[in-house]
Amino acid sequence: MSARAFLVRGLLAGLLAGVVTFLVAYAVGEPQVGAAIALEEAGGDGHSHSHAAEGGDGEVEAAEVSRANQSTWGLLTGTLAIGVALGGLLALVAAATMGRLGRLTPGQSTALVSLIGFVAVALVPFLKYPATPPAVGSGETIGLRTSVYFGYLLLSVLAAVLATYGVVRLRERVGTYAAVVGGTAAYLVVVVVAGQLFVTVNEIGDFPADTLWSFRVASLITLATMWGVLGVALTGLVGRLYAQEQAVAERRALAATL
Amino acid sequence: MSQHAVAPVAGATGPINHVPTIPLRELAPWALFFGLLGLLVLFFISADQGAVSIPSGTLIHEWVHDGRHLLGYPCH
Repeated sequence: MSARAFLVRGLLAGLLAGVVTFLVAYAVGEPQVGAAIALEEAGGDGHSHSHAAEGGDGEVEAAEVSRANQSTWGLLTGTLAIGVALGGLLALVAAATMGRLGRLTPGQSTALVSLIGFVAVALVPFLKYPATPPAVGSGETIGLRTSVYFGYLLLSVLAAVLATYGVVRLRERVGTYAAVVGGTAAYLVVVVVAGQLFVTVNEIGDFPADTLWSFRVASLITLATMWGVLGVALTGLVGRLYAQEQAVAERRALAATL
Repeated sequence: MSQHAVAPVAGATGPINHVPTIPLRELAPWALFFGLLGLLVLFFISADQGAVSIPSGTLIHEWVHDGRHLLGYPCH
């Protein structure tokens, strides 16, 4: 069980997660993206971004990448790259936490890290700054929206790391149950309070609620697919590696006695 | 800490029933290099040519446009 073994498995799991996420996003998400862009074009109030076939705001930016490419190769590029990058990072975190989360086996600690990762990196930031379809979101506020989104994401991840560390340290003194309840509550207090303090972005305007809801559900399904496949695949690969290494160690131990 | 509770053989030397750990010193170079690489990839897919543009233009933004929207990153 080396860092390299974890990283290779993380990249593999990420590749798989990227492909599956693309399929799900294409099937579930693209119809919603298409519906939003259709509304945007019908509205014709020319946001400052450049979807294919949109007039744009003066620059020659129409159809730089066609919708057909954006919804297939472009989407696949995005999900694959994010999948592999997240997979590698997740695997290294799983490697660092192996054997350090109480008595959890490598597979169990990897699964737990994946779950915490999904909540801290994807779910909680989504609840504060939900995904927006094309046609929602002004080009003028992209700087603010980017900084508050990643600021909140960073805070959520830091809080999750500290909470997990706190649980591990407190567990021996107060027991697993109390430590886990305390750590989870501390994380929730931090992200809820920060969620109240961080600026709220509302640029929905008169965008139809049903399309918005469908898009956000599709987006959440996409994120859940990414993290779900990542976590399940990496947990399986790590668990198998540990079982193999244990079998080898047992054979060696037996051989040593002969 | 070593708890060979059900060690099948007396004097077993293998790490049986004991979850191994990777020393953080061994992990650090991997975390540093892949951490930087991974964050770079995440940046280019999720945020480049939005608030910050390296390089300037909109090609990267346009290419990964749908992924950005569906994965919940701020996009306009």
